[in-house]
Amino acid sequence: MSVGAPRGLASSGQKLITEILHPLSAAEEPLSPGPDVTISAEKDKEPGLTNGTPVEISSPASASVLLSRLQLDGDPEADAHDPFGSGEPRDLFVTVDDPKKHVSTMETYITYRVSTKTTRIEFDLPEYSVRRRYQDFDWLRIKLEDSQPTHLVPPLPEKFVMKGVVDRFSEEFVDTRMKALDKFLKRVADHPVLSFNPHLNAFLTAKDLNKRQGLALLTKVGESVKNVAGGYKLRARPAEFCAMGEYLDTFSQKLGTIDRIAQRILREQSEYLTELREYGTVYSTWAGSEEQLQRPLEGVAGCVTTSCGALEDLSDNMSQDFLPVLREYILYIESMKNVLRKRDQVQAEYEGRLEAAVLRKQEDRTPIPVEVEKCQDKVECFNADLKADWERWQRNKRQDFKQLLTGMADKNISYYEKSQAAWESLITLLQEKQTEDKTSETN
Amino acid sequence: MLCISYNFIHYVKPSLELPGLFSVVRMRIASSADSSSNNSRSQMIMADSGSSDEVAVICNTDITSTESENNLINTMVERGTALLKKMEISVAEADKRTGKNTVNMQETYTVYLIETRPAESVSEEGTPAAPDTLWRRYSEFELLRTYLLVTYPYIIVPPLPEKRAEFVWHKLSADNLDPDFVERRRVGLENFLLRLASHPVLSNDNIFFLFLTEEKGWREAVLETGFQDKADSRLKSLSAMFRVKNPDKRFTALKHYSEDLSTVISQLLRIRARVADRLYGVYKVHANYGRVFSEWSAIEKEMGDGLQSAGHHMDTYAASIDDILEEEEHYADQLKEYLFYTEAVRSVCRKHELIQYELEMAAQDLSYKKQQKEELETGTVRIFSLKGMTSKLFGQETQEQRESKVAALEQSIQEGEDALKEKNAESQEFVEKAWNDIERFNEQKEKDLREALISYAIMQISMCKKGIQVWSNAKECFNKM
Repeated sequence: MSVGAPRGLASSGQKLITEILHPLSAAEEPLSPGPDVTISAEKDKEPGLTNGTPVEISSPASASVLLSRLQLDGDPEADAHDPFGSGEPRDLFVTVDDPKKHVSTMETYITYRVSTKTTRIEFDLPEYSVRRRYQDFDWLRIKLEDSQPTHLVPPLPEKFVMKGVVDRFSEEFVDTRMKALDKFLKRVADHPVLSFNPHLNAFLTAKDLNKRQGLALLTKVGESVKNVAGGYKLRARPAEFCAMGEYLDTFSQKLGTIDRIAQRILREQSEYLTELREYGTVYSTWAGSEEQLQRPLEGVAGCVTTSCGALEDLSDNMSQDFLPVLREYILYIESMKNVLRKRDQVQAEYEGRLEAAVLRKQEDRTPIPVEVEKCQDKVECFNADLKADWERWQRNKRQDFKQLLTGMADKNISYYEKSQAAWESLITLLQEKQTEDKTSETN
Repeated sequence: MLCISYNFIHYVKPSLELPGLFSVVRMRIASSADSSSNNSRSQMIMADSGSSDEVAVICNTDITSTESENNLINTMVERGTALLKKMEISVAEADKRTGKNTVNMQETYTVYLIETRPAESVSEEGTPAAPDTLWRRYSEFELLRTYLLVTYPYIIVPPLPEKRAEFVWHKLSADNLDPDFVERRRVGLENFLLRLASHPVLSNDNIFFLFLTEEKGWREAVLETGFQDKADSRLKSLSAMFRVKNPDKRFTALKHYSEDLSTVISQLLRIRARVADRLYGVYKVHANYGRVFSEWSAIEKEMGDGLQSAGHHMDTYAASIDDILEEEEHYADQLKEYLFYTEAVRSVCRKHELIQYELEMAAQDLSYKKQQKEELETGTVRIFSLKGMTSKLFGQETQEQRESKVAALEQSIQEGEDALKEKNAESQEFVEKAWNDIERFNEQKEKDLREALISYAIMQISMCKKGIQVWSNAKECFNKM
């Protein structure tokens, strides 16, 4: 089911699954006052399955407490990045930087340096530095999705770029992509389950990623892992997952709108900038034919030029920092919706099998087969994983957007401040001149 | 010493002040207050002008009005500008009329109310007396100006505001009956009258005085002056422009300068309109943020309030551009005034060229006659003429004939010399008077344009401050998300 997840999965036992604290609901931090999605009070009651084996719930909390004594001093940058984090002491720090172009006979591509610092015992060394290209990140993501289908895997920036339209090797493009890759990796590293995935380990440490074999395996393994029989119809999706789905749909729509608005603003600003530049040059031209007014006019031309520069900065910032993050979230939402759909399928399969089994039991007293129990486990784990991930995602989302929007406000403020400063110094200049003239006249 | 003061608080919306004129006019108040010994009058003037706060607010800047005033007072008092009647003038209102025009057809036109009041008029209660009023339409202003142009060709006559809206950016209406346009024109007409009233020469003109005081019969009075006869034909002016040999270099330079200025201001106004259009677009799109934030806030719990409030600020931001651009129109109007002024400058230069040309012609004519006389007297033919040739071929003239010709020529030469003297005197007088006014104009232009640039900078600063305010508010809301 969940390959590579070292944590014991809570299953039914003495307690209702829903009452058992899920390993991912980090016990150490106070839960936000109710997630944004209302959770229905009544959970799906298992139809009386008991197996009596209490499974040890090794929560990550205890393991982390152990590790915290060995913890490295936090990377302040990484901390700032995720102050809304799980609250557990961080013991895995990753960074993506230093893009370099590689030219070979076959192709040209960019690699990035991926640096890791960790105290985790799963890693042989405390530090690693490897070079990876986009393909490698893509491989990692697919692996994570396949091996942890019940979890929300963060998205990657878009894979394909139209060669004619965007310069794949321009500084801006590479920089934007690098930031997105860095964010992806940091999110994975922060995730209490995903960060322990052996594929991540390989990605961070291996000199050469042996992907080809993995890729070939992927199609078969992927399918068997996601082996959910189709054709089962979902009866009743729990309200909380309905709400999640609706929220994601609306949110995605709104983000799309915001993206379009931001793009429109950029276009308008660009046209404004063009006109403004010409406007400034006319003042310079005028200054050429004046005597007393030459300096004031040159001054105005200068202010307009400064404003142009400031506006350019604002537009660049918006297109490089704001829009990519927005788009990334839209991708994130898409992948989350996929996970929700998978959950639905898993539940549907379980219900289908259960129904069949119950019928058979009624007919000839055949006991409920183990497969059905396994299905039930699947459903319950999936639901639990998803819920915990959801809460975490909501927290991160709030933080991310707070940051994004305040960033946007800051950039606009900075633009106006620069412009204002220029004009204010011009006024001082002009007024000085006025008093100069006055005194020279009275003399 | 005559002086003019300006009461604008009652009649002019503060936001429509033209800072250039504003300072010119405020200076008037100050100097009239200074130079007057009549304290109650100066007090009344100050009372009339409303509180000085209002005056300062109009500037909307950190420069205090008194500072600005003081900057100008000294200059004006020193120059000893001939100030004028103790009369307050304003163009108070605009109204629509319909009537029959010259071809007996119904038409709708706008009329403007001119109010005048002697500066020291006080009624019994001590409040200012009611002003005298009359109505004028735009074509009458035009007639006045044409009269002044012809009667004072050496003066740079202040221009009228544009008849039709030009250099408009898309939101502004180009419709002559649009209330905003009418309002701006009203201000422009008032500005025109005040410029006239403060001009050392023009303010003393009687027709101008009648324009302000006699509603009926003014048109006839203007026509009676016969000024149309004095007008130079356009053709004459143009041909002089091309044929004059030695115009005063200063006038040539001035002509080129005014052509350059006209070109550059037109360019500036055109581009400014495009810039305004674009800026409008940028601001207005932000209103969409307001809408989407509001919609988004509906699905959020903790983030909801912050988003919603931020959305309101985005709406405020988008709405703020309307006022910003309306204010900028006044800057555009100030530039337009000087654009139109260049035409008046060129007109003076053309008159100079015409007079110079006539002078050159008179001199040439005289020298030709003198030469003719010399030839006749000495018998030498230096100038080829058909007459000379025929007389050579067909026999000489008699002595008597020659002598009578010489006498006639001498007469003609004497007339020519008188004419030349007159022309010379005319030319010199023109150059002197014109150059006087040109210097006055240059000073005025420098001050006005500098003030205009300062007020433009102030507008830009105000726009930046508003922007910072709104985005800071939005940021606060985002922080609370």
